[in-house]
Amino acid sequence: MLIQEHSRPGRRATAQAPLTTADHSTLPQALRRKQRAALPEVSEMQAVRHYTRLSQQNFSIDTHFYPLGSCTMKYNPRACNSLASLPGFLARHPAAPESHSQGIMACLHELQDMLKSVTGMHAVSLAPAAGAQGELAGVMMIRAYHDARGDHDRREMLVPDAAHGTNPASAIMAGFKVREVPTGRNGDVDIDALRAVVGPQTAGIMLTNPSTVGVFDRNIQAIAKTVHEAGGLLYYDGANLNAILGKVRPGDMGFDVIHMNLHKTFSTPHGGGGPGAGPVGVSKRLEPYLPIPLVEKDDDEGYHWLDEDDRPESIGRLTAFGGNMGILLRAYIYARLLGAEGMRRVSEFATLNANYLQARLRAAGFQLAYPERRASHEFIITLKKEAKDFGVNTMDVAKRLLDYGYHAPTTYFPLLVPECLLIEPTETEPKEALDGFVEAMIKIRAEAEQEPETVRQAPHSLPVRRLDDVRAARQLDVAWKPAEGLAESNI
Amino acid sequence: MPFIPHTDEDIAAMLDTIGVDSIDALFDEIPAELRAQGLDGIPAGLSEMEVTQLLQARARSDGEPTCFIGAGAYDHHIPAAVWQITTRGEFYSAYTPYQAEASQGTLQVLYEFQSMMTALTGLDVSNASLYDGASALAEAVLMAVRSNRKVKHPRVLMPRTVHPFYRRTVASIVQHQGIELVEVDYDKRSGRTQIAHCEAVADQPFAALVVPQPNVFGVLEDVDALTDWAQARDALVIGVVNPVALALLSPPGDWGQAGADIACGEGQPLGMPLASGGPYLGFLCCKQAFIRQLPGRIAGKTEDLDGKVGYTLTLQAREQHIRRSKATSNICTNQGLLVTAATIHMAILGAEGLERVAAACHANTARLAQQLCEVPGVEPIFDAPAFHERALRLPAPTETVLAGLAEQDILGGFDLGHEYPELGSALLVCATEKRTDAEIAAYREALTSALVVAKAA
Amino acid sequence: MSSIPSELKYTESHEWVKDNGDGTVTVGITDHAQDALGDLVFVELPEIGKQVAVKDACAVVESVKAASDIYSPLSGEVVGANDALDGAPETINEDAYGDGWIFQLKLSDPSQLDELMDAGGYEQLLADEG
Repeated sequence: MLIQEHSRPGRRATAQAPLTTADHSTLPQALRRKQRAALPEVSEMQAVRHYTRLSQQNFSIDTHFYPLGSCTMKYNPRACNSLASLPGFLARHPAAPESHSQGIMACLHELQDMLKSVTGMHAVSLAPAAGAQGELAGVMMIRAYHDARGDHDRREMLVPDAAHGTNPASAIMAGFKVREVPTGRNGDVDIDALRAVVGPQTAGIMLTNPSTVGVFDRNIQAIAKTVHEAGGLLYYDGANLNAILGKVRPGDMGFDVIHMNLHKTFSTPHGGGGPGAGPVGVSKRLEPYLPIPLVEKDDDEGYHWLDEDDRPESIGRLTAFGGNMGILLRAYIYARLLGAEGMRRVSEFATLNANYLQARLRAAGFQLAYPERRASHEFIITLKKEAKDFGVNTMDVAKRLLDYGYHAPTTYFPLLVPECLLIEPTETEPKEALDGFVEAMIKIRAEAEQEPETVRQAPHSLPVRRLDDVRAARQLDVAWKPAEGLAESNI
Repeated sequence: MPFIPHTDEDIAAMLDTIGVDSIDALFDEIPAELRAQGLDGIPAGLSEMEVTQLLQARARSDGEPTCFIGAGAYDHHIPAAVWQITTRGEFYSAYTPYQAEASQGTLQVLYEFQSMMTALTGLDVSNASLYDGASALAEAVLMAVRSNRKVKHPRVLMPRTVHPFYRRTVASIVQHQGIELVEVDYDKRSGRTQIAHCEAVADQPFAALVVPQPNVFGVLEDVDALTDWAQARDALVIGVVNPVALALLSPPGDWGQAGADIACGEGQPLGMPLASGGPYLGFLCCKQAFIRQLPGRIAGKTEDLDGKVGYTLTLQAREQHIRRSKATSNICTNQGLLVTAATIHMAILGAEGLERVAAACHANTARLAQQLCEVPGVEPIFDAPAFHERALRLPAPTETVLAGLAEQDILGGFDLGHEYPELGSALLVCATEKRTDAEIAAYREALTSALVVAKAA
Repeated sequence: MSSIPSELKYTESHEWVKDNGDGTVTVGITDHAQDALGDLVFVELPEIGKQVAVKDACAVVESVKAASDIYSPLSGEVVGANDALDGAPETINEDAYGDGWIFQLKLSDPSQLDELMDAGGYEQLLADEG
């Protein structure tokens, strides 16, 4: 039932708004609303009960193992939330003067420094509001760099076929043409194919390493050399930074620009689809183009914002007020809790968990997409054989996992592995959770063999059974509308 | 080890299963020369207690000044229930609802949010959020240029009365799409964008006109006339609106003869704390005809195998994970949790509650402006009706006055002089429903003394 | 796999072409293509009067999980579009070679027709793609 369906005319949560309606007769009649908006009319308790119940229809980290590949669903420490919500931070207006902002600016400045250090980059901007915005900022900086050198013909961005869809979409928004580079059989970029496509038109390459197929590209130095020699720059998509945090630094691999997903690697909450934060780091030659604002430290006078006037070559502003500050604070708190040692442990244990889960699933007879390779923090199995033998596909298995209390891994991505599950356990899961997941997979395969309909019709134990996506798209219904003549009243 | 549950026995057993003798061996595919040695500049880890003490001291050092700044972010009361429910782990620590059956809570919230936004804006459809109001306007501009089938010229009229940070954000994001953003001037007396100003720059066809309501000065634009004028020239109309103001003001869907085509704006006033600038919530609504050009997630209603109602992400073929380089936008994860807060906020306040908030802000700001203008030398800059912000002219440099007010723990407003030098020493002030008579009186006194100091300087 | 109509011509990107004998052709996607895409939920039709060249992307078919460009098999001007698909995209799933046609072209170079595959060639292509 929708909150709108709990609505009754005249019912209100009276304590939450001013007790009376103030005089607003100075607003011209012609510019006023004629009919009240059809918002719900419910009591506070009804709203609380309704949304509490809805929350209970979600899987989440706090309730379930959530091995969604490429999304790094790790535990979100509670302290990060409570401390980022201290009144001094929460009530601060974005245009508050620097005199009333030194506390938060100190946190942001230290975060910039820690991110520089752990990624091996020269400078960092915290401005992008999410990973995709970080990508856009990154490729815009590459373009600004070439343009500043008068190198206007570099308009082609290379993107591996296994890349996230955001990579080509961001490159297009920055005005590039996208050229795909194939992945070789062993999971690394096909270096010969790369050599064949680089040239004077190459602006750069967007790489995720470890890649979306869950392996570290062993040729990274050769790739960097090839692209750099052709005059292009290297962009690092930080989606998989959790795999190498503190162990390998993108700057040392030869990357010129990177973005980080703080909601992945730095454990800020995923929030049912955001908010994220996508800081960008750059090598020295790209520093002038960083998105604003930046925080600068002046030993005598404290911290300052750098904006358009200070950074005339900047690609500019990406949101009105400089990004998702509350998320940056959470990441800062997480980084201080971990320290250098703790950051290194993140990648070590994420990798341990992934390789353990991979070894156990392999031993149980599941087919790995890249059996010769070490897993990074994630790996791929393909259910091609199960699909052929039992007529049960990857989506069916994913839905059946929900019945067993596990959020499904990422399905059907990357596109180049058929019937695939991309599995990322993260470092915060105990061994028991991984063992339980393996047991569930074994049971589901047995069900697929003996009672395939059970799997094909899954889930069976959730608030709804399998939903009809085709109907949703064909008979579009994307907003509740009040019945004619009901619910709308004159103001 | 913080947040890592492994015991020594676990580690030994796991390494044994994998068939290696150390965790380090798992990194053996990475060239040795690439392994990072030290992490200079990252301090050792702290206990939760130590971090708490550090953060409390920093938060305290920023103080809790009284806020009279608006300029795109507003200090409204947020019912306690909003964030208590929003930060339940099941909302807070879930991801984008890729497995719909395991995410009905989030999906239904998105659908309810879309429904509420269409009710507020008077348009047919809403997406499930963008990053913030400014980036939402950038997406609206891109969308309008893609959608306008009659005018193929990628030219958009952008009034100077649109928030300068929004204009800059739009300019950054669309800079490589060949879109020409044409500035439209405003009337210095009323603070409004008049048809004559539009005419002055409309010698060539344009795909869209942006119409802010209220505009950056708090002034109410003549939205009906502007909408009709633009649509008569085959352009689309993009409204940039404040959702609280919409409780009292005409919704974009009702503007002019045919209604605005697209509406966007900042959702922060719907239950989001100021939080230094984010995370906030961009919203974007449009007429049904443009739904396939609408970027961002959209939740839709459907049925399960038994015919029971459920919700799922729909029209995903517009999005980057399917359409890749041909997607409507690169946007992926954005502001899900803020949508949850906004939805609960609107449910608790309802239309009448929002009206009361809007009316209180309007009345408080009128009172604030009146009292400040009793201070010698302070005067209103514009004579047109305003919603909950006012532009005032000061008899001393704004920057100096604001610094003097800040010393008295009053954030006096937004300095307009930097962006609008033609206005002289100009200050934009705002008093939301939270500002009391005593606070307003204190501001007036503080301004009096700050002006004395500023003039002496 | 249903039969591949022998009177039609085919492309490697799985469009079919029917020669209407009056200088125009009708274009759709093959039964194999609709089957691979799954249930279609939307068809974006080309604008009438649009000039297209061989291999120009000129329409889009969407399923829930994929979107696929339809490439013009030949050069010419778009003279017809199947408006009935608007609101009934499933027609392509149900009758790919008939009511599920997508657009019509007035050819600028009818000799291009000779370069398309016949039914046998297309059958071989499908066999090769495995």
